[in-house]
Amino acid sequence: MIKSRMKKGATLDGFLLEELVHNGGMSCLWRVTWPECDKTPLLMKVPILTEGEDPAAVVGFEMEQMILPRLAGPHVPSFATAGDFSVQPYIVMEYVAGVSLLQRLLDLPLPYDEVAEIGVKIATALDSLHRQHVVHLDVKPSNIIIRPSGEAVLIDFGLSQHAHLPDLMKEEFRVPYGTASYMAPEQLFDMRNDPRSDIFALGVLLYFFSTGVRPFDDNDRMAAMRRRLWRDPEPPRKLRRDYPPWLQEIVLRCLEVQPAWRYPTAAQLAFDLNNRDQVKLTARSERLKRDSWTAVMQRRFNVRHITPIMKQSLPTPAFNAPIVAIALDVTAGAVEICNTLRAAAERTLKTMPDARLACVNVLKQGRKIDSGQDDEESSMHVDRLVALKNWAAPLKLAEDRVTFHVLEGADPAASLLEYAEKSRVDHILMAAFPPKSPLRRGAPLLSCVHPGGALRNERLSRGQHRIMFVAGVIANSVCLRVNFSQRISKNFIY
Amino acid sequence: MQYLHNTYEFNSLQIACNSITWLRNAENLITIELHSGTENASMLIALLSDIHANRPALEACLAHAREQDTERFVFLGDYVGYGSDPEWVVATIMEFVNDGAVALCGNHDSGVALNNIPLYPEVQTVTDWTRGQLGIDEQRFLANLPLTVHEDDRLYVHADASAPADWNYVLSVEDASRSMKATNSRLTFCGHVHQPAIYGLSSTAKVTSFTPTPGAPVPLLRWRRWLVVLGSVGQPRNDDPAASYAIFDTDTTEITFQRVPYDIEAAADAIRKNDLPNWFAERLYLGK
Repeated sequence: MIKSRMKKGATLDGFLLEELVHNGGMSCLWRVTWPECDKTPLLMKVPILTEGEDPAAVVGFEMEQMILPRLAGPHVPSFATAGDFSVQPYIVMEYVAGVSLLQRLLDLPLPYDEVAEIGVKIATALDSLHRQHVVHLDVKPSNIIIRPSGEAVLIDFGLSQHAHLPDLMKEEFRVPYGTASYMAPEQLFDMRNDPRSDIFALGVLLYFFSTGVRPFDDNDRMAAMRRRLWRDPEPPRKLRRDYPPWLQEIVLRCLEVQPAWRYPTAAQLAFDLNNRDQVKLTARSERLKRDSWTAVMQRRFNVRHITPIMKQSLPTPAFNAPIVAIALDVTAGAVEICNTLRAAAERTLKTMPDARLACVNVLKQGRKIDSGQDDEESSMHVDRLVALKNWAAPLKLAEDRVTFHVLEGADPAASLLEYAEKSRVDHILMAAFPPKSPLRRGAPLLSCVHPGGALRNERLSRGQHRIMFVAGVIANSVCLRVNFSQRISKNFIY
Repeated sequence: MQYLHNTYEFNSLQIACNSITWLRNAENLITIELHSGTENASMLIALLSDIHANRPALEACLAHAREQDTERFVFLGDYVGYGSDPEWVVATIMEFVNDGAVALCGNHDSGVALNNIPLYPEVQTVTDWTRGQLGIDEQRFLANLPLTVHEDDRLYVHADASAPADWNYVLSVEDASRSMKATNSRLTFCGHVHQPAIYGLSSTAKVTSFTPTPGAPVPLLRWRRWLVVLGSVGQPRNDDPAASYAIFDTDTTEITFQRVPYDIEAAADAIRKNDLPNWFAERLYLGK
């Protein structure tokens, strides 16, 4: 090949090679520019394709070349172009300025708040990736860059799987590829289509970043990697006495052997990391030592423990585990609407056992500031929380399926949308008109979530009532799609 | 269009291309090699297979393909059988061929034109009925359709390319491997199965199999060989009743499978009105 041409100052298909950034086993990374156009730095990835090299280098490169152009959003490097494989294969992509998480390893363990903050960023990035039908399958510090603007960027899709593309890795190799200490149990059985494998790897990363110790060793022999099927890691609280129970709960849930026991989606993981005071603490959070050897041996020789992982059918599709926000007006006078909404919520949750409900109320602000307002607002805040919990009580939901949020803002619609975007809410369930609307005067108003990103009111003809709808948030954007889920009056205007 | 330099006429079949090679093998079966001069040109090719005399389905797919600005049409055989509009469908294909499209021979076409294929009794009934519906020109057109067409790095064939006249289904990795090994073409496009699939052959002779998602382009990477099984326009059989076809982009080498809803009611009614077996109408609703 024309390897000799790959040196600093040379040009390849018009790209000026400026600096060799990384020289790895499978590929070289060059910082390049396109002098004909502008001086924006780009990254060129060139696979090492010499005889006798790992064939995974070629196949991984093929996968990345297929997957990267199909991805969008701030959580991946944007794709620029690719070289002709028969001449000189390469991929040119955005040069992501920022800090690789690899550089943080010297600072471990990090403060818990910072770990949670990093966790939210990575989970948000994974959620974006999973919604684009891709499982990364090699989540680890060296594959994550934090942009100066704060978003996590996932890089290196050589081991990834795209649900809408042929999985060349799986066909080519009979051994699992990945990074030993981050690999999920199901990956050892060649399962490559479950987004929850990335949640496991993120759990390893969070454990490592918060304790300074990896939960599983980096021995990549199959026998050593299989130990994680039955041997549980040391609970973080044993390693750091002040380890917060909510973080241990989250981290150990990510590290569950059975994918079904982990978070169903990265969005739900991010949600818990964002709402640590509402994480439902189970026995996981209290664990101070590893399971006894008898328990481990029972798992080791119990076929039923392993079988579900090996025989795991299709993973839970993300749309079966949505975050449903329900916008509630809990002030007096809205009782009937709240009851109707409860019935709608009940039906929604019944059909999707992994869905979780976020009960949201907006406390309108913007009044004149005067003394004593803080106390008053704080008391109103508590009152609203109490009312939300009271509303949800008849649903009899498990603690880990429901959370309560009182938002504050001058514009309730904007607050609700901002919350939905930040919490990666899939659907918003809301009444079509507020109780204090001119409905009582005979002209009902429909508040509808508009694709423009703001709530707007639409005047409806006389006699219409109780129109409800679900709005789905399209990932990465405030743009909302309106799906009408309930009975809609025939004169509905939208 | 630049590639429409010359047209060549063979019986009722007209082909437009730069140069052409006619071949008749020992069994007097026709194969054609086209050199369209489009090796480096960017072009969208609509690939339609197994139309089976379903006029509403073909109309819907053609309209859909035109909306996508496809420039070339390749029909992979089985224009007749099962459905009740053979005359219109065959006449339409003939018009397309006159305008430079490629049309292959399918087992049902051969059954109607040459009466040389053993078929299930119900299918035989429709085949005999179809023969009565077609004029002499249409029958001659079907009789002279080629079994294989090579165009640049692409092979078009109705079924397994290793024995095109045997009408074997490509249903597995082994079938795909056998078919790909029988040709030097990098890409093989076939139909016959009525269920979309993509098979890839790596340089290490490993075969990937994959069920494409409608609307999601799949790149047929240039350094691998691929076999693409089209779905059926007129009688889809993968539990989705929408008509199925695909568009291949010669520039990006991406293939995008399409599902096009069509007026199933009209197609089914026409089958019943002509007293053809009721099951052929019912299965259209089921996609079976």
